[in-house]
Amino acid sequence: MSEDFVLELEHIRKEYPGVVALKDVTLQLRRGEVLGLIGENGAGKSTLIKCCSGAVVPTSGKIKINGKTFDRMTPQLAAENGIAIIYQEFNNVKELSAAENMFLGHPIRKGITIDKKAMEAEAAKAFEHLRIKINPRELVKNLSVGYQQMIEIAKAVQQNAQVLIMDEPSAPLTNNEVEAMFDVVELLRKKGVSIIYISHRLEEIFRLSDRIEVIRDGEYVDTLITPQATVDQLIRMMVGREMTQKYPERKPCIDESKVVLELKNVNGNGDKNMSLKIHAGEVLGLGGLVGAGRTELAQVIFGSHPKESGQIFLNGKEINPRSPREAIDLGIALVPEDRKRHGALLGVSIKNNINMPTYDRISKWSVINQKVERQRAEKYREEIQIKCPSINQQVKNLSGGNQQKVILGKWLAADSQLIIFDEPTRGIDVGAKYEIYKLINDLVEQGRAVLMISSEMEELIGMSDRIIVLAEHEMTGELKKEEFNADTIMTMASAIVDQAAEKGVS
Amino acid sequence: MATKSNTKNLLRQNAIWLVFLIEVVFFGIFSNGTFVTTNNITNIFRQVSYYGIASVGMTFVILIAGIDLSIGSIITLVNMVCAYMMVNMKCHWTIAVLCVLIMGTVIGLLNGLMVAKIGIPALIATFASQTVFEGLAYILTSGMPISGFNKVYPEFNFFARWTLDLPFISIPWGAIIMIACLAIGSFILNRSYFGRYFYAIGGNEEAAELSGILVDKMKILIYSLSGFFAALAGIVMLSRTGSAQATVGKGKEFDVITCVVLGGVSVNGGVGRISGVVAGVLIIGCLTNGLILMNVSEYIQMVVKGLVLAAAVGLDCMSNRGKSN
Repeated sequence: MSEDFVLELEHIRKEYPGVVALKDVTLQLRRGEVLGLIGENGAGKSTLIKCCSGAVVPTSGKIKINGKTFDRMTPQLAAENGIAIIYQEFNNVKELSAAENMFLGHPIRKGITIDKKAMEAEAAKAFEHLRIKINPRELVKNLSVGYQQMIEIAKAVQQNAQVLIMDEPSAPLTNNEVEAMFDVVELLRKKGVSIIYISHRLEEIFRLSDRIEVIRDGEYVDTLITPQATVDQLIRMMVGREMTQKYPERKPCIDESKVVLELKNVNGNGDKNMSLKIHAGEVLGLGGLVGAGRTELAQVIFGSHPKESGQIFLNGKEINPRSPREAIDLGIALVPEDRKRHGALLGVSIKNNINMPTYDRISKWSVINQKVERQRAEKYREEIQIKCPSINQQVKNLSGGNQQKVILGKWLAADSQLIIFDEPTRGIDVGAKYEIYKLINDLVEQGRAVLMISSEMEELIGMSDRIIVLAEHEMTGELKKEEFNADTIMTMASAIVDQAAEKGVS
Repeated sequence: MATKSNTKNLLRQNAIWLVFLIEVVFFGIFSNGTFVTTNNITNIFRQVSYYGIASVGMTFVILIAGIDLSIGSIITLVNMVCAYMMVNMKCHWTIAVLCVLIMGTVIGLLNGLMVAKIGIPALIATFASQTVFEGLAYILTSGMPISGFNKVYPEFNFFARWTLDLPFISIPWGAIIMIACLAIGSFILNRSYFGRYFYAIGGNEEAAELSGILVDKMKILIYSLSGFFAALAGIVMLSRTGSAQATVGKGKEFDVITCVVLGGVSVNGGVGRISGVVAGVLIIGCLTNGLILMNVSEYIQMVVKGLVLAAAVGLDCMSNRGKSN
């Protein structure tokens, strides 16, 4: 016992029928440290933390908490031993107050009734303790995502959590909320709470963690001391190969003479006065803050929320798509932001997902030509390298990056000329991101046009040929490649917001 | 290890057929030799044919996470209107049959419009039409039974009373219609793109819409089909009973739902196969028949059916829970 470990995972192995999710993973968490846990999607991070929470039973291996050894955890054991997990999806009840949510499952009682006042007082104390400003009586549905997450953290602390595991905590948050969350993490560390922090964003890991553990393909790679680690080194460890470039090179392929999509004064779905042109072989970036009306514009073009006025031209011909079906038949595709809800059909096979928009093209009298169906799926599986044991596998069993590829595959099969990407790499790990960027390059090099919505400034600048910025559902600026500059884009993105703030309207 | 999990999988997938087998053996032993006779097997075929037919439409509906409570009253209305047309209006039986098939489809279409276009939850929309059409059936005939049509048109007996006589066994034509319907249902689900669409809609409506599926149209189509199959079931039933009564379809939707759910079609949508539904139909059919042969009262039959349903779905839920861990 040379060091003081709160939590130790020793030689954890987890097998599923046909797959080994974890092979011999070891993790040691010191008291009062922040340990960054990184790895690509599908590397086994989630499975590993589920072993700690009791949601998954390891096939072999030991879990040691404060020196006590367990073969497996149960949710109850985990709670008793001070392990708390902040998941990406919160376990809250929207119609209850902040205080009631904090005491969900173990309310303070007075006789047979619930003592609301005592709970509110306790919650207020807990919030103050973490220096967060939440009214305990406020209903959770009225709180922002950031505050909802704070309640989860406060709840964990209130239940004397010694180990706090945070799974991609910054993913749903705005920049300001992320800062507030960092402050809370720092505060907890000072109070002696040990934290496992999982994130795709390496800059967060560098800022918060004391040590970084890397896992890859279900195997332990290494643990580094944060000040001694570099970004390149970490990426190399995660993907298992050299990654010198973040954005792959693209051959110049813009055909200025060929306008694929043109909008003239389009209004609809909240957006006002949208006018833009996308050329063949061009990636047009759409920048702006969350809620600026970018996704709404994509929905107008894709026909899921038809326009109210203005004109849309595709290859010079006026169009008016009134449903995704019509848009798809015209050659327009949308890779939506929320992959799991809107993009892939998770319970359906890869083969069926890829063919779904175009079954009418490979059927006669509605009877599918199953040979062509299979061939097409195999073709795109190979062409865009979807990693899967078989095309009959359900999409829900794929990693995020591969799910995104399946969605892209179905649009390639539909022979789309204009592909709209809404946050193409959200929640996708570094290695898979690079592959998605390469695929986007392939698309434009083949002469297709791409409209890319992105909230990641680096990605927007790195991938776009031109950028249009939206703010408050209006266009506030357009930048050519040589004018790209993060500050300018940010200024444009907040242009109208500031004016409104000056007028005292929020 | 691999073979062990394979046998386990095989068992899980075919558990329903195992249940059926156990049931047959049970009744074979305890019915004093009345259960496994060629006569009784013909009888069972005749009894299951109407809900086997209706279960095809119900399978589609439940696959897209919907429900159709109106089919019981469609069956009633079809019985009454078909008999009324033949006896009171002197229509030829083919015209009567055609009319009620169209009527059932139109009722289904109305259900589909309520669900897809207005957005009324399927449970409420089809419950409302159940009430309306059951009421209409009473109004039309003042609740009086209508019979005698099979004397005017002996051909109408074709649907349930006539049999295809094979060397060892006679199969009622109604059962052959049922087998055809199930085969068509299976073909639609496996080989036509409609099947792919149904599974997609049941899995995730929003993503299906964004994949270019016209979800509203598919829903309307599915409810119309459900109405059509219910009407066909009603015709077979009328042929079997030889008399139209205003209570004939009451509660039949639950028998059909039981068959479908027992057959492994998930009420959450997106999961299920016709082969399972076939087993579900046979289990319920044999159960009803066997219990009658053993002189078990109708009320105890209800208790047993309810328990079988809960047990079957319970087992399915438990094995799913085992999978996700």
